[in-house]
Amino acid sequence: MSEVQNAHPEAILIEGLSKRYGKGDAAVDALKNVDMRVAPGEVIGLIGPSGSGKSTLLKCLGAVIEPTAGRMSIGGETIFDSATGGWKNSDLRALRRDRIGFVFQAPYLIPFLNATDNVALLPMLAGRSNSQSRQRALELLQALDIAHRANAMVSQLSGGEQQRISIARALANQPPVILADEPTAPLDGERALNVMRILRQMAVQYRTAIIVVTHDEKIIPTFRRIYRIRDGQTYEEQGQQ
Amino acid sequence: MINLAGRDILQSWGKYAFTGIGLGLLIGVTLSMAGIYRGMVDDAKALINNSGADLWVVQRDTLGPYAEPSSLRDDVWRSLQGMSGVAETGNATYLTMQVQRAGQDIRVMVVGVDVTAPDKPGAPAYLVAGRAITRSHYEAVADIKTGFSLGDSVRIRRHHYQVVGLTQRMVSASGDPMIFIPIKDAQEAQYLKDNDTILNERARTTANPAFNRPGVPGLLDAIIAGQSANRNVNAVLLRVMPGLEAEQVAQDIRRWKRLQVYTRAQMEEILVAKLTATAAKQIGLFLVILAVVSAAIVSFIIYTMTLGKIREIAVLKLIGARNFTIAGMILQESLGLGLVGFIVGKSVATLWAPYFPKFVLLQTGDTLRGFLAVMLVCTLASVVAIRAALRVDPATAIGG
Ligand SMILES: Nc1ncnc2c1ncn2[C@@H]1O[C@H](COP(=O)(O)OP(=O)(O)O)[C@@H](O)[C@H]1O
Ligand SMILES: [Mg+2]
Repeated sequence: MSEVQNAHPEAILIEGLSKRYGKGDAAVDALKNVDMRVAPGEVIGLIGPSGSGKSTLLKCLGAVIEPTAGRMSIGGETIFDSATGGWKNSDLRALRRDRIGFVFQAPYLIPFLNATDNVALLPMLAGRSNSQSRQRALELLQALDIAHRANAMVSQLSGGEQQRISIARALANQPPVILADEPTAPLDGERALNVMRILRQMAVQYRTAIIVVTHDEKIIPTFRRIYRIRDGQTYEEQGQQ
Repeated sequence: MINLAGRDILQSWGKYAFTGIGLGLLIGVTLSMAGIYRGMVDDAKALINNSGADLWVVQRDTLGPYAEPSSLRDDVWRSLQGMSGVAETGNATYLTMQVQRAGQDIRVMVVGVDVTAPDKPGAPAYLVAGRAITRSHYEAVADIKTGFSLGDSVRIRRHHYQVVGLTQRMVSASGDPMIFIPIKDAQEAQYLKDNDTILNERARTTANPAFNRPGVPGLLDAIIAGQSANRNVNAVLLRVMPGLEAEQVAQDIRRWKRLQVYTRAQMEEILVAKLTATAAKQIGLFLVILAVVSAAIVSFIIYTMTLGKIREIAVLKLIGARNFTIAGMILQESLGLGLVGFIVGKSVATLWAPYFPKFVLLQTGDTLRGFLAVMLVCTLASVVAIRAALRVDPATAIGG
């Protein structure tokens, strides 16, 4: 059984994850015993009302806040286990840089870098050479059909173009996992569906597991598998597709 | 790795340049202040060097003739001339006063020098135009900074002097340009009484029966002549024989003549350390204030610029940028601002230096020290911004 799991490890495996903010009377249980598994190349939706714990889950998996209890692994490798002392990697920035891509509601690009360098920055931060990094960035811009804007500054790009650049950035270090927090919120129906199409295509092309947090009704039908979250608890359900 | 600071500066270069120029003007003022002080010291040294003297003989217990008043009989030089080791002597008087040039008052130091030989100590060592004073009356050598040219006529007190030669960098310790005239004229100018006073004194002397004795013809005239002539000078400048130690000669004079004698080194000490001490403190305090103001400006600008980038910094941290990278970016921007400021400051200081009424000496050493100080100030100024940046929580990039 475990041999089979190791041969095809889950890209994301979350078991019994809990997060409590604050202490005593002020304590808020934002996540309660959450389980989740996502396969490589799979795009799942994480859907729930405001305040249900979606961002908290992304922050835990994104290694920016520490869960109160539970276990998380990426690509078959445990990154956090409360039973054995918490984080397995003392350098959480390196963990994020190498193994997790982030896409936000707003593109959050670095305004003083052009499109290419916004993407190339990640391989550079990981220690790769400037030319290698830019090469990688251009490949991704091509894959995302935005190579013609490679030298544009952020302020010259439209909202949709910026979001595509930010997806390219998330993919830059070929992470096994991308976490997308309401990536379609500012976009209209057509563009929102387009972003989803791109994410799905990238997931398949690069074998990346993507969690898309959303409450955007337009894109919910595009998921094959959905986790509903309410009051910190998740419920898995099959999508319409 | 790309240079994040450089890219950020390029992106917002307008704001950056504007701040840099503002800072630069401040740095320019700072460099000029230092230059003014250096100019004062240099003026003092020029005053000593250009006098061509090895020793200054002045009234006992005074720091004369430049830093304190000093008065000696004008025949003291005769006995000094006879001492062993003394090569040349020259009487000198110094009097700071206003003269008129083209209807404008200018402040000058009138120096009375011995013109009986061409190279008496005290006379200007070299001229940039014209010739030395050759007549014993009514000729003058003026410093170029007075604005006079060859052939001009200068009125000093009651007489007109013709400018026959021009000097350069001959200024008093307080920066007033010098006008050299024959010592007899200078003595008269220095102690000149007005006509009413002379008449009044003559009348009183004549009315005094002790002076006006019918039986002693010529006595009254001699007394009156003695009253109106002046027989004092401010200093006797000496040149010692080649190969002799000036201090050795000075010691002999102190012992035998009971006069105060200063060597070049001592004179420099008096002028630089004593005369410019207050100015040095004044300027020093000013430099400290300017440094603090510059630091405040730089830290405020860098801090605001950093606050404007808080979201980007959170994103940078989230995607794995090190604190070192982020702190480096802010530090480099701060240093870059300092560099722009310094270049602007050095340029404006050089440009406006000639327009200062006093000599402004911009020394390479000061420029270098100024540069290091600016870099230090900018480093310190970036600390607040760096602290703010390092406190940013990467979780804020993900939002609520
Ligand atoms: N830093 C925090 N401190 C205390 N409570 C928090 C904090 N962040 C989130 N919460 C609480 O945790 C719950 C889940 O929040 P969040 O994960 O942001 O929900 P969502 O993203 O689904 O809107 C909410 O009740 C929220 O008030
Ligand atoms: Mg949220």
